[in-house]
Amino acid sequence: MNQDIFATLCQLLEPFNSAKIALKPETDISADLNIDSVSVMDFVMEVEDHFDIEIPLNVLSETRSLADLVKVVEGRLAKV
Amino acid sequence: MTDLFDKHRGIAERHERMMSLGVNAVSLTNDRILSPTRAIINGRETVLAGTNNYMGITFEPDCIAAGQEALGLYGTGTTGSRIANGSYALHRDLEKELAGFLNRTHCIMFTTGYQANLGMLAGLAGPKDTIYLDADSHSSIYDGCTLSGAKLVRFRHNDASDLDKRLARSEEGGGRLVVLEGIYSMLGDRAPLADFVEVKKKHGFQLLVDEAHSFGVLGPNGRGLADEAGLEDDVDFVVGTFSKSIGAIGGFGAGNHPLFNMLRYASRPYMFTASPSPATVATSLAAIRKLKAEPERRERLAVNSARLFNGFKGLGLALGCDSVSPIVAVNCPDEVSTIAMWNALLNAGVYVNIALPPGTPGKQCLLRCSVSAAHTFEDIDRIIALFGEVVAQGHYKKAS
Repeated sequence: MNQDIFATLCQLLEPFNSAKIALKPETDISADLNIDSVSVMDFVMEVEDHFDIEIPLNVLSETRSLADLVKVVEGRLAKV
Repeated sequence: MTDLFDKHRGIAERHERMMSLGVNAVSLTNDRILSPTRAIINGRETVLAGTNNYMGITFEPDCIAAGQEALGLYGTGTTGSRIANGSYALHRDLEKELAGFLNRTHCIMFTTGYQANLGMLAGLAGPKDTIYLDADSHSSIYDGCTLSGAKLVRFRHNDASDLDKRLARSEEGGGRLVVLEGIYSMLGDRAPLADFVEVKKKHGFQLLVDEAHSFGVLGPNGRGLADEAGLEDDVDFVVGTFSKSIGAIGGFGAGNHPLFNMLRYASRPYMFTASPSPATVATSLAAIRKLKAEPERRERLAVNSARLFNGFKGLGLALGCDSVSPIVAVNCPDEVSTIAMWNALLNAGVYVNIALPPGTPGKQCLLRCSVSAAHTFEDIDRIIALFGEVVAQGHYKKAS
């Protein structure tokens, strides 16, 4: 797993992680952090803008953990 | 075995919390409806300030008579889909009348407003296309987008430059549909349509505007935001509902594309449901004619909306947006205090909508008022006074 991307994602997720739960690659973004669906989409928008990539909402249904999202970002960066 | 209801236990806890604070704010029962602005709730007469009944048209004698006549002539229901046995002359009459009202070549009606967005979006876009939707879009837009199978890209609310950026970022291929709303249902703000039209000219896409809350309300002809902005030629597709300004139930999509009617054979939410009941179609048709004949309803609504908006501003309340529209939303501190204030308002004799996250933008807790042309100035002043007593004077502090 790309540690740099993971670290950036943790940083971007911080404002949404109101319970201040420790973030691990296997952390489920929605269930473990108790973040509602709109906040997940808002977080992903921040990720898109930080990396200047497009992450369509359709991808999110199969993206549960932070490690999953790292893979998505890596894949999208490779396309740019 | 995993209990399928396990995932809803959080909702159950939240529901319990709401119940412990008073009446269930999200499943209130109107025992009787007395008029567009009055109901009997919990045994007492209550001013309705959260109905979306913008034109105050639900008790018009000629609309009711039209519905009664249709019941006698056509029966209680159509028992079929529009593509089978469920198309009556009434449905075609309504579509023709509405196309004329909207100044569009084609119009298709749907059984509900929710289905209008599902049907239009899933009919227009497919898996090879991309839909760009405003972050604050109504759930029916999100669900329609999902049903379409299109690639979905969300842009920041009312931010044309953000859409511009995302369009530039997109991979090529397929059609591109941008979806906006005339008036956004939670905060009452309008889309800055001229800005989006500039982006349309730059990138080229097809544009759909959901005028659910602006149809009948905005523009010199009451056709909505595009009518108000003088940009109807730049909007390819219009969606709307009969459950607000029309005072019935149902929805519509309209446009000028020569193949528009092919949506009747490509849109599953149009094809695989029963068509609207004759009485509903007849009251809707009568209401559209009334809207056309009585522009003073729109003018009265604008005056009432400004009166409530300015009254709330005078109380120092934090409002959902800076522009006057029939939706005037008051931003509250948190869920518990919002529920307490909602209960206090109901006990004082006024019903408003309560809107809580995730159904609201930016996790806001809202007491959402909607104004009607049928409200009297006394009604509006009473609503303002009660908000003054309950909200501005910090009732929520006592409650929490």
